[in-house]
Amino acid sequence: MSHFLDRLAFFKRYVEPFAGGHGSVTNEPRGWEDAYRQRWAHDKIVRSTHGVNCTGSCSWKIYVKGGVVTWETQQTDYPRTRPGLPNHEPRGCGRGATYSWYLYSANRLKHPMMRKRLLRLWREAKAQHPDPVRAWESIQADPAKRREYQKVRGMGGFVRVSWEEAEELIAAANVYTAKTHGPDRIIGFSPIPAMSMVSYAAGSRYLSLIGGVCMSFYDWYCDLPPSSPQTWGEQTDVPESADWYNAGFLMMWGSNVPQTRTPDAHFMTEARYHGAKTVVVTPDYSEASKFADLWLHPKQGTDAALALAMGHVILKEWHLAGRSSYFEDYCRRYTDMPMLVLLEPRDGVQVMGRQLRAADLPDALGETNNSEWKTVAVDDATGRLYCPTGSIGFRWGEQGKWNLEGRDSRTLEVTTPRLTLLGNGGETAEVAFPYFGGRAPEFFNPSRHDEVLVRRVPAMRVRLKDGSARLVATVYDLFVANYGVERGFGDCAANYDEDRPYTPAWAEKVCGVPRAHIVATAREFAANADRTQGKSMVILGAAVNHWYHGDMIYRGIINLLVMCGCIGQSGGGWAHYVGQEKLRPQTGWVPLAFATDWHRPPRQMNSTSFWYAHTDQWRYEKLRVEELLSPTAPQPLKGALIDFNVRAERMGWLPSAPQLQANPLRIAELAKAAGEAPAAFVARALGDGTLRMSCEDPDHPANWPRNLFVWRSNLLGSSGKGHEYFLKHLLGTVHGVQGKDLGEQGGVKPEEVVWRDPAPEGKLDLLVTLDFRMSTTCMYSDVVLPTATWYEKHDLNTSDMHPFIHPLSAAVDPAWEARTDWAIFKGIARRFSELCVGHLGVETDVVLAPLMHDTPQELAQNAVRDWKRGECEPVPGKTMPAVVAIERDYPRTYARFTALGPLMDKVGNGGKGIAWKTEHEVEFLAQLNGTTVVPGVEGRRPKIETDIDAAEVILALAPETNGHVAVKAWAALSQNTGRDHTHLAKGKEHEAIRFRDVQAQPRKIISSPTWSGVESEEVCYNAGYTNVHELIPWRTLSGRQQLYQDHPWMLAFGEQLCVYKPPVDLKAHQAMVGRVPNGNKELVLNFITPHQKWGIHSTYSDNLIMLTLNRGGPVAWISEADAARAGIEDNDWIEAFNLNGALTARAVVSQRVPEGMILMYHAQEKIVNTPGSEVMKTRGGIHNSVTRAVLKPTHMIGGYAQLSYGFNYHGTIGTNRDEFVVVRKMAKVDWMDEPAASDQAAPAVAAE
Amino acid sequence: MSDFLHTLAFGIYPYIALTVFLLGSLVRFEREQYSWRSGSSQLLRARQLRVGSNLFHIGILFLLFGHTVGLLTPHEIYSLVITAEQKQMLAIVSGGIAGVVCFVGLTMLLHRRLYDPRIRKTSSAMDIAVLVLLWLQLVLGLATIPFSLAHRDGQVMMQLSHWAQHILTFRADAASFLDDVGWVFKAHLLLGMTLFVVFPFSRLVHIWSAPVGYVFRPYQLVRRRGGARTAA
Repeated sequence: MSHFLDRLAFFKRYVEPFAGGHGSVTNEPRGWEDAYRQRWAHDKIVRSTHGVNCTGSCSWKIYVKGGVVTWETQQTDYPRTRPGLPNHEPRGCGRGATYSWYLYSANRLKHPMMRKRLLRLWREAKAQHPDPVRAWESIQADPAKRREYQKVRGMGGFVRVSWEEAEELIAAANVYTAKTHGPDRIIGFSPIPAMSMVSYAAGSRYLSLIGGVCMSFYDWYCDLPPSSPQTWGEQTDVPESADWYNAGFLMMWGSNVPQTRTPDAHFMTEARYHGAKTVVVTPDYSEASKFADLWLHPKQGTDAALALAMGHVILKEWHLAGRSSYFEDYCRRYTDMPMLVLLEPRDGVQVMGRQLRAADLPDALGETNNSEWKTVAVDDATGRLYCPTGSIGFRWGEQGKWNLEGRDSRTLEVTTPRLTLLGNGGETAEVAFPYFGGRAPEFFNPSRHDEVLVRRVPAMRVRLKDGSARLVATVYDLFVANYGVERGFGDCAANYDEDRPYTPAWAEKVCGVPRAHIVATAREFAANADRTQGKSMVILGAAVNHWYHGDMIYRGIINLLVMCGCIGQSGGGWAHYVGQEKLRPQTGWVPLAFATDWHRPPRQMNSTSFWYAHTDQWRYEKLRVEELLSPTAPQPLKGALIDFNVRAERMGWLPSAPQLQANPLRIAELAKAAGEAPAAFVARALGDGTLRMSCEDPDHPANWPRNLFVWRSNLLGSSGKGHEYFLKHLLGTVHGVQGKDLGEQGGVKPEEVVWRDPAPEGKLDLLVTLDFRMSTTCMYSDVVLPTATWYEKHDLNTSDMHPFIHPLSAAVDPAWEARTDWAIFKGIARRFSELCVGHLGVETDVVLAPLMHDTPQELAQNAVRDWKRGECEPVPGKTMPAVVAIERDYPRTYARFTALGPLMDKVGNGGKGIAWKTEHEVEFLAQLNGTTVVPGVEGRRPKIETDIDAAEVILALAPETNGHVAVKAWAALSQNTGRDHTHLAKGKEHEAIRFRDVQAQPRKIISSPTWSGVESEEVCYNAGYTNVHELIPWRTLSGRQQLYQDHPWMLAFGEQLCVYKPPVDLKAHQAMVGRVPNGNKELVLNFITPHQKWGIHSTYSDNLIMLTLNRGGPVAWISEADAARAGIEDNDWIEAFNLNGALTARAVVSQRVPEGMILMYHAQEKIVNTPGSEVMKTRGGIHNSVTRAVLKPTHMIGGYAQLSYGFNYHGTIGTNRDEFVVVRKMAKVDWMDEPAASDQAAPAVAAE
Repeated sequence: MSDFLHTLAFGIYPYIALTVFLLGSLVRFEREQYSWRSGSSQLLRARQLRVGSNLFHIGILFLLFGHTVGLLTPHEIYSLVITAEQKQMLAIVSGGIAGVVCFVGLTMLLHRRLYDPRIRKTSSAMDIAVLVLLWLQLVLGLATIPFSLAHRDGQVMMQLSHWAQHILTFRADAASFLDDVGWVFKAHLLLGMTLFVVFPFSRLVHIWSAPVGYVFRPYQLVRRRGGARTAA
């Protein structure tokens, strides 16, 4: 009634004492409590998640009150697991819990914005040219006008524009670019579709329809472990986190589970309660270390030494001792260990060559189809050679023999292959093994032994087709010898204490882990695997993958798992959790995303090679191929790293973008004039030199990328290795590159690439970024478009860490003028269709496509032949990229964007080498979404108008979410293998998951042949499960786990087998020591960039709540010893720099960090609390300001079984951990917050 | 000062001030519960606050207590113990010490409020006005000390007490007691009454809710479900 009168109840307030008068029940009014109830009251709860680049896919409740998102909490209604297995929830982390802050923060993008100088030019041009395409042309034709807005990129200066004006400028630029330079100069970068697959598809569908290029990300982020395609022919497949619980022995190796897999970390705790032993391998005392029963801390970058020494112990104590029939049986059936390898005599010893093929033998073992792609083993019972079924030659051109039943392909009898040739009356061969351990830079403990280690290996002599008798050995025998395990020949270490590669004593010297720990860990790892049939698991991650030779570390670990039979067994295996974020309904999504319902193939590009070329990082390359080649290389390969990439593109191994130094829309006319088909014309013109590939002259203006879309990404603030090179050459703005290029230095220039002086600055005409927040990339863009947040749009999200498909839902409409990605690209497509009239009509676009994995092209090249050098003829799809002429109806781009195209019913759908029909699904979508008429196409097509329509297309077409498709897909695979796999999906045949279903509750997906594990109520998802249990071959040369890599380039770089390769010297720091002194002592430290604690990559790193939890700006961690040496105290401002650029950060001085390392969580935005750099004289950069991408030739191999290109599957990767920086305390911290001189002059001009 | 103004200022204004003070407080307490607070800025910046606030509050509480007891205790009662002269000297010395303590604290708080950018930005006009008024009132109060020292007979003090006691007991001619007191005293009184006027509109309302009860309450209080109702 009255607050005051209520208070006057002096005598009635305390009504009932208790606890001897220490407490009392009172009669006070409680109406005020309603205030708190109202505080937490809400109008509705909507299920959504965070479409961020983590593998969380966590279910969140989004609370809405009065039309405003107020907060979020974790959902706890996942479908239950089975008895005896912990449930998935709660999922989520502190970062996700702060997301709603972004929606209404100052950092939210609220309106379309444009660089003011560009807008002024645009409006002036529009006044003169009513046609927007002509207007854009008038700006681009004038170099001074171009430079005017390019040179101020990143320097502020945005003004608000209308959506209409922004769309018009973008569409006009796209039309002009396609017409003038070619559509493959229009580039789109967006990563990780799994995090919001409809939003990804919006941009990629638009680009694919107009012939633009979609860029890869997994390889560029260096999350792709090349060892996975090398070994398994699989991009990456991993166990779900629940499967950790089934493990008996768990290693966390360079993966910080509680920090970077926060929602899954509870399974780690539960696994430990369940009795698993845990060994953590990480050089710093990371958060993961707290889980450890044993914490091993090798020197960073030397983990391969540890893995090899563990393998040494396991081979010696288990395999050679014959202690485990399980291991032996597994290796015979599921690995290429019994396959034979040709030995090549050179300099008195034998060098490991390629694997023996049926075609090498006189009668080709009776094989007539692809006999050069069928590997050969020895029948253990009879000693004769035979061709086991399942190798890649059986995958194409015949059916029913591509399986792991282990049959002799001729007799179809199940045959046991011989693992070792030892003691079967055979001979031995002296084989040369390369050793690289002496090449280490000083910091990495060089361990000097002969560069060629000669070891005796059991062998036998085989008569080949050409009549010669050649020595062959099994992979197993070579593998054992490579580990330096003594087999009675007296050429290897007698015991573990001898310092010879790769004993525990040798490893101790290299990596610093005590040999006793190595031996004990190896023994326990193997003993557990033997007793549990493979339930030893290694969780591994970025820390070991981001090294130049990370694939050697990975193969070292993979070898441990394979030799102990852990791959494909629940509770065991290889758990690489780095950015893989499984796109579960992938095959349903591809038609939507790459418009393969209208045109095939789409243009796709591997980003690492693209950025390396087009940001001109190659011009500064200091790593020489001579430093990398094996002493056993069959022939000396020459050239710069980019030369190797150019050769790879020429031979069709890697994709190209732009593709030809000619507009691909003009090629068809030229071909017609010459009276040739486009493919024949391109091959001939390339051959005679009248046409060139763009990769041979990346600095020629005709070959520059012109338009770039960035969405769902912070390319410049996060993943852009060589950040300052991006600024200098691609954007043409203020940069901090400290080094000189090879031309200025007088270095050795590449031989395949035209060198142009001066180097171009500002290749890009237009940079458009879509985001919900003002990221670093937005700061550098010309046009910034505000997108819907993850609580404002409908989309789908999946993860590899749990088996559910999850929605993003619009809890509220996009705030201010923001629009969903789907709506934005739809709008641009509409405007493009209008503006292109008169410039582009129905055009023939000639597309180059690399030799693709999972197609017959993966058998294209069993030898390296370069047509440019006259080693063969240029034959499209065989010795060079495939050439496909595609008809694009440009004015109908919008109509096609919003309708499902006719190729779905005419050709069907598929993936990973199998295909199925989709008429029923198209019919279903027509009923569900309604239909529309697309001019020029017969009949009515299913509509894709809204983001939910798009989601339904994915769900209806994907086997994972539509049981009928799943059964069709398994049936298609059954044709290849000759085994019936449909039982894996039959039980769920009539299940169909729709968008509203997943909004009600996340749904578990259906087993599909796209993936190598099964979704089951009995067993957790685990990679390789169907290979082991369904006998489906791995998609490799031998069809088995390929431990021996026999491509000529692999042989040249000495990576046939896993060897220890120390980090490489990138030579970026030496020249900077003492060059720009500031009076403080300088340190040289290895630059290590792990994933964040206070952000997911750059997201959340500008979020006030997260900034408050840390130090409110960029920080880097150094050891106490290094800090003391350079007079650095905790929280001091420090600068780290090298030839690539510089960054500024506060120092965190911590016992956590070992000496010699500066550890900086990657992707801390430079837009928050970043002072000026004393070295660059401009604002301090991001972590990538001191890195530069470096290519590795073995990642370029293509057209060769599992080593064939696939988008995000295989290709060059953006490694960055071999980098060193000079670190010192800053003398003067300059916030650069005074107006620049030109800005001070501006008001005066305005006043005039 | 004309008689009218004198009567208005010291005969009528006190009632206006008291009415605004009491009614205003009541209305605000009833209607604006969420604004009923001290408005501490300690979370924004602890610097200067810890010392300043403590000095100020120690001083001001002593002064408030002194003024209340000093002004309202009838002469007949305290004269049983001490004379008026002695009482005046006691007031000058103890009030002087408390006044200085309060002055130091208040000056720190005022400085902080005006010159700490964070505090200044988050201050309302009333937050600043209250501090300025209090500071002026304190200075005026301290300025009365030399005057009082000039008349050690306690007569002025007696006049002031009579005025206060007459006001509170609703006697008509209260203002006449102040006819010949010094201007400093009059200014001090006027500003003092103005503080009563400002009181309900400022953070000063927290004085009503000084947590005195904490000293006496049981350790644990449990509220009955359903709120206030008569004990069964």
